[in-house]
Amino acid sequence: MIKNLLSAGDLDRTDAIRVLDTAEELLGVASRPIKKLPTLRGRTVVNLFFEDSTRTRISFEAAAKRLSADVINFSAKGSSVSKGESLKDTALTLQAMGADAVIIRHHSSGAPHRLAQAKWTKGAVINAGDGTHEHPTQALLDAFTMRRHLAQGGDGSLEGKNVTIVGDVLHSRVVRSNVLLLQTLGANVTIVAPPTLLPVGVDRWPVTTSYDLDASLEKADAVMMLRVQAERMNASYFPSAREYSRRYGLDTARLNRLPDHAIVMHPGPMNRGMEITADVADHVRSVIVEQVTNGVAVRMAVLYLLLGGAADDTSTTEGNA
Amino acid sequence: MTDYLILGADVLGNGPTDLVLRDGVIASLGADTAAPRDGVELVTIDATGLVALPGLVDLHTHVREPGREDAETVLTGSQAAARGGFTCVHAMANTEPVADTAGVVEQVWRLGREGGYCDVQPVGAVTVGLQGTQLAELGAMADSAAGVKVFSDDGKCVSDAVVMRRALEYVKAFDGVIAQHAQEPRLTEGAQMNEGPLSGELGLTGWPAVAEEAIIARDVLLAEHVGSRLHVCHLSTRGSVEIIRWAKSRGIDVTAEVTPHHLLLNDDLVRSYDPIYKVNPPLRSADDVEAVREGLADGTIDIVATDHAPHPMEDKECEWSAAAFGMLGLETALSVVQQTMVDTGRLTWEQVARAMSSKPAEIGRVANQGRPIAVGEPANIVLVDPSATRTIDPRDTASLSRNNPYAGLTLPGEVVATFLRGRATVRDRALVTPLVEGQVTA
Repeated sequence: MIKNLLSAGDLDRTDAIRVLDTAEELLGVASRPIKKLPTLRGRTVVNLFFEDSTRTRISFEAAAKRLSADVINFSAKGSSVSKGESLKDTALTLQAMGADAVIIRHHSSGAPHRLAQAKWTKGAVINAGDGTHEHPTQALLDAFTMRRHLAQGGDGSLEGKNVTIVGDVLHSRVVRSNVLLLQTLGANVTIVAPPTLLPVGVDRWPVTTSYDLDASLEKADAVMMLRVQAERMNASYFPSAREYSRRYGLDTARLNRLPDHAIVMHPGPMNRGMEITADVADHVRSVIVEQVTNGVAVRMAVLYLLLGGAADDTSTTEGNA
Repeated sequence: MTDYLILGADVLGNGPTDLVLRDGVIASLGADTAAPRDGVELVTIDATGLVALPGLVDLHTHVREPGREDAETVLTGSQAAARGGFTCVHAMANTEPVADTAGVVEQVWRLGREGGYCDVQPVGAVTVGLQGTQLAELGAMADSAAGVKVFSDDGKCVSDAVVMRRALEYVKAFDGVIAQHAQEPRLTEGAQMNEGPLSGELGLTGWPAVAEEAIIARDVLLAEHVGSRLHVCHLSTRGSVEIIRWAKSRGIDVTAEVTPHHLLLNDDLVRSYDPIYKVNPPLRSADDVEAVREGLADGTIDIVATDHAPHPMEDKECEWSAAAFGMLGLETALSVVQQTMVDTGRLTWEQVARAMSSKPAEIGRVANQGRPIAVGEPANIVLVDPSATRTIDPRDTASLSRNNPYAGLTLPGEVVATFLRGRATVRDRALVTPLVEGQVTA
């Protein structure tokens, strides 16, 4: 297994399926009366969040705690970071406190890579979302959710599944990680967006691109709607929220054109009425709430595998990894 | 006083010759045995295998003084320049305060003279505070002791077309030139790296080639319209080369520079997210690198200028988007040019002398720099060992900063000696410090 999880591209097919299979086993823990395993007892996991993201932070926190790790939450707001402390000094401080894993969320693309490659921390680095770059555990929980709903390939992959991802591809870290992981798992990805919200060079991505949502629904096994931030409107990416919603929003009429088995996904938080209508968000085929549940299991699996939980005897390395 | 007898130097790569440097000038050329003069030390230098070039002239240096003396001072920048074989550098105006008055440019000029390691020719800001709206007192800077001829808001683009037009027109009165940092500001808001497939993959905001090319296209047309002289700083894309080529074919009075880093490095290095590779304009594609080499080889690009941009460690040892733009360049420029242009057979040493000495001096209207190596000319000479190789160590520098993108690379060529008006600023591959004979006078 790899040491850090910086990019969804770090996982080859074997590793990716291993994470998903492990998550499947760990999902059972959540349904027990006592939702806790002793696997990471004595280990210290730091949530280093330079950007507000309560959802992702509590998901990682719950995952670490269910594995009995000690969790330190370090939020940039109200800390020395807001007084100008650098990423390097923050990382060195956490290292000095014995962090076995650093889960980092940062507004700057590549910040987790700097943390890992500049050797400012010896612990495992897990990317919990960096700028407009990647969010690998989101892609893992998305793939996990797809696997549970769509008949999977014999090896646990998503071979041949058609996934349509719609929205602000240019600024989305979710889509970059999803494209990498879904390719690894053998799915066919179609990206739908207005041309202004596609990055230069998207023609080299291993995906099909389209400007037309209606033409991209009928074969989809899963449709993933991306959040579109209102401020994009002011930067002339599209004329108005209403026009965006008409052309690229998922409403009931479009939902009805999907195959019967297709699922609707969203990484959250949703803009109801913008990229997705309330009716669709709450529809029986929407798996959006389940994605959140699965997020904890997938993050448990990542921590378990990266921190050597799979080793024969973790007690000998306790507090010393 | 010291006289120098240089034996067997390969002048401009045209064959070995002896030179005598005396009283600040080249006293003789050709087989010669200089007779010692009473009371004057005569130092003989065996220059067998060394190439002699006129002292290099940089049209684009950031010395950071006044304001950011933690990153570089006029003295340390001059010392780095001397180590790189330069005898003259043009100090860019984006200091704190901005060099937009006669007072600031005279201060920088005087600090250069006091240091004595190279001539420091200040560049004046085009607009007050680099704000792009109101012309700075260009005439006052031209008339000052610093005698400013080159004006630039470098770091920022003079993006307002009317302000650019007026600046181009106004400097005609004193034979000045506007050196434009070509960057359309709206197209580059928040830009972090070259816009291309890699920026999309890395999730870094793109700096599109068109933002540079659109300004260059506009500016060459403005220069043609008002009949003035334009210099384009750090051109970096294939399209920019093509526009300059077209403009020159129309007879427009435009010159262009390329940096050493745009000749050698490409944007693939950004994959590391190491901000040592963060620079403005950004490192471009491998195809752009090839295009600027072609442009320099065929003369479309007139000169190499370093854009030496020192930054303190903390502005580079951080996440990409928080880091400062810029790279060191003075001490490695000649080696990079040797590797990319000379060793590949694209430029002769004589052409290197033109691109790094005589032409930049001509653009900057620096009378006593970039002169031919001939009897009676100022003894501004650099001796280069083209057969040497060195592995670049960022700590081995005269600069106060370490933001060296070539760290760990092995580059050809080494400066053995630099003479500024007959006095050695570098000897035996090392900086002469202190300059024992005190300050060098003009």
